[in-house]
Amino acid sequence: MATQILMPALSPTMEEGTLAKWLVKEGDSVASGDVLAEIETDKATMEFEAVDEGVIGKIMVEEGTEGVKVNDPIAVLLEEGEDASAAEDAAGGAETTAEPAPTGAPEEDARERPEAKDMPAEGKERPSPASARAPDRTPDWPEGTATKEVTVREALRDAMAEEMRRDEDVFVMGEEVAEYNGAYKVTQGLLDEFGDRRVIDTPITEHGFAGIGVGAAFGGLRPVVEFMTFNFAMQAMDQIVNSAAKTLYMSGGQMGCPIVFRGPNGAAARVGAQHSQDFAAFYAQIPGLKVAMPYSASDAKGLLKSAIRDPNPVIFLENEILYGQGFEVPDLDDFTVPFGKARIWREGSDLTIVSFGIGMKYALQAAEELAKEGVEAEVIDLRTLRPMDLPTVIESVKKTNRCITIEEGFPVASVGGHVASQIMQQAFDYLDAPVITLAGKDVPMPYAANLEKLALVTVAEVMEAAKAVTYR
Amino acid sequence: MAKAAAKKAKPNVSTEELLHHYREMLLIRRFEEKAGQLYGMGLIGGFCHLYIGQEAVVVGLEATAKDGDKRVTSYRDHGHMLACGMDPKGVMAELTGREGGYSRGKGGSMHMFSKEKDFYGGHGIVAAQVPIGAGLAFADKYRGNDNVTFTYFGDGAANQGQVYETYNMAELWDLPVVFVIENNQYAMGTSVKRSTKSPSLWERGAAYGIEGEEVDGMDVLAVKAAGEKAVAHCRAGKGPYILEVKTYRYRGHSMSDPAKYRTREEVQEMRSTRDPIEGVRQILLTGDHASEDDLKSIDKEIKEIVNEAAEFAKESPEPAESELWTDIYADEVPQEEVA
Repeated sequence: MATQILMPALSPTMEEGTLAKWLVKEGDSVASGDVLAEIETDKATMEFEAVDEGVIGKIMVEEGTEGVKVNDPIAVLLEEGEDASAAEDAAGGAETTAEPAPTGAPEEDARERPEAKDMPAEGKERPSPASARAPDRTPDWPEGTATKEVTVREALRDAMAEEMRRDEDVFVMGEEVAEYNGAYKVTQGLLDEFGDRRVIDTPITEHGFAGIGVGAAFGGLRPVVEFMTFNFAMQAMDQIVNSAAKTLYMSGGQMGCPIVFRGPNGAAARVGAQHSQDFAAFYAQIPGLKVAMPYSASDAKGLLKSAIRDPNPVIFLENEILYGQGFEVPDLDDFTVPFGKARIWREGSDLTIVSFGIGMKYALQAAEELAKEGVEAEVIDLRTLRPMDLPTVIESVKKTNRCITIEEGFPVASVGGHVASQIMQQAFDYLDAPVITLAGKDVPMPYAANLEKLALVTVAEVMEAAKAVTYR
Repeated sequence: MAKAAAKKAKPNVSTEELLHHYREMLLIRRFEEKAGQLYGMGLIGGFCHLYIGQEAVVVGLEATAKDGDKRVTSYRDHGHMLACGMDPKGVMAELTGREGGYSRGKGGSMHMFSKEKDFYGGHGIVAAQVPIGAGLAFADKYRGNDNVTFTYFGDGAANQGQVYETYNMAELWDLPVVFVIENNQYAMGTSVKRSTKSPSLWERGAAYGIEGEEVDGMDVLAVKAAGEKAVAHCRAGKGPYILEVKTYRYRGHSMSDPAKYRTREEVQEMRSTRDPIEGVRQILLTGDHASEDDLKSIDKEIKEIVNEAAEFAKESPEPAESELWTDIYADEVPQEEVA
């Protein structure tokens, strides 16, 4: 049956082109793969090959013709044994057949596409008011539960050990996690208890072992991948973002990646620019990732246990300076903290301070100082940045009418910037002062002790900001 | 035509096996030709990398796989999906970005998966699938079964650092992974000669203690024979194995490739003297395994399968707008909390 040969689209963006040269003439037999014509696009001259075999019945567009629209018929292909009259019919468009679909197909395709106005604008989030959900104020553990002081380091280790006992598919891998007991001793004792099948020392090869972790998660295991610090995870960013975070979506929900990437993040002390950086805002940007950044030991434990059980890739940002700090942790057999639930550390009516991770240290110290001066700050620890508990923040701001945010990371496109924009969009009428977003300075971390101090957020800056938003 | 392949034909290869290879390779070729056609019509968008010419690689290796074995590859992935038994309709509908596609239209040509068929993608970043393949093999070893993972990558990917990070760990931990370097001689427009002075790619494994060999990728029987050896090595717990399969792609790197980096004659020479499908066809005919008519009826059958796939891919609707917001998290976290 005679079919039309259509002007092909030779690139993702081509709409029209020049039919530079025919390499066949009417009456020629062609086979699949034979070059029929040369076509010029705005980028290059390309050869156009035959897909089906047959005889060229009629050439409908002369060579040298410019501006030939994609999908316009340019020739007619006859099957063996057909005569020229079939070519005339096909050229006239009377008998376009089921095979190379009629020229109308792409237009139909375009019609099916939703109107632009129905689509969310680029970069827009799903339209849904965050404040619609009432904040969850249930305590992290039942009243009257016994607690004991545990360091963040021990809490993290206990979380991994408990989950490894609970689920045979959980394993830990990373540099120095096994025989050395962890570069920061977070995995202390795990090798002794679980053996080298489940506690695995890797070579120094972040990109590679992050990818092996992702593959193991695709294969159904539950890897906990330790980065000695998150600075080194930059080498593995492609596997984290392109492979771990996106595969569930790209597979139409078939294949998730239950993996935890954990390790210290943020400034340590006197280690310079390459080893002092807070990546919270980086990871919080990526749909498909969950991001936790605990401050206390109970949150470190409860959130890490939740992270290991989570069916999604989780970025778990710890802090070297906090590892040795002790906090009360409930004495429960199976204590978990849910993602997406902020913790109010201190209630107050004069302003809201929002922070997470080590930023909480400055927030709580400043709140105490402020209380001495008669200013009562409400201090909210976001705990997880993805999902982020905005309802708790919004409700608090509606009460206090003032807000400052604190983080250690860089100030441009920061977590605080996002929180401030959400407050503006959802509680504009409640604000009595602009939100102040405190962050690390917009510089690489210097080595010199005095400069390093200047680069970080200080309690004094928090005090100053608190006074500014309360007009004192 | 294909005299080399015909000479090498082993008398003990059954008619059934030869016909299987012929049918599988032909399905890939016809499917890819149709995909090229739909691309030209604007029904397939973006990047589309065709496998035409390389069919013997996946078909030969798939013939060595057993249940539970896994495979993972790059963005030139249509052939791998068809060879492991995925439905041509679902693959083609994914190419057209429709609801009936394997990823419900959300992945496209380069990002398709089938847990059911143990096909783990379809990866768009050159060489990212290599550590992932080793990770899949890690999971099998962790569980103590004897499955293997076929990890395919090209000669271009072979220069990525993560390949060697993976080689090191795969051998260190004896992971059951067959690294298949599909050396089609061109990384986009850069020939192997212009990207490395290494005389061969598989030999680089020796630096990590990994065994391997070069294979004629235009001869499906040679690929299968080498694959059997590699798979046996992995199943026996001896660690990874490298196959550098010398192959050739007839079409451009992607659809928008003017192909000025090689001559028309070079392509034509491969097509007319080394074509893997023609090679099996000659064995079938000269060895009296099948008649011209038998093969014609297979051709017809394959053409119908491909046409049905194309029709399905055109008729399947675009995904519902609500699909924009699904499959971001496995536990479907409310988006307002993520925001």
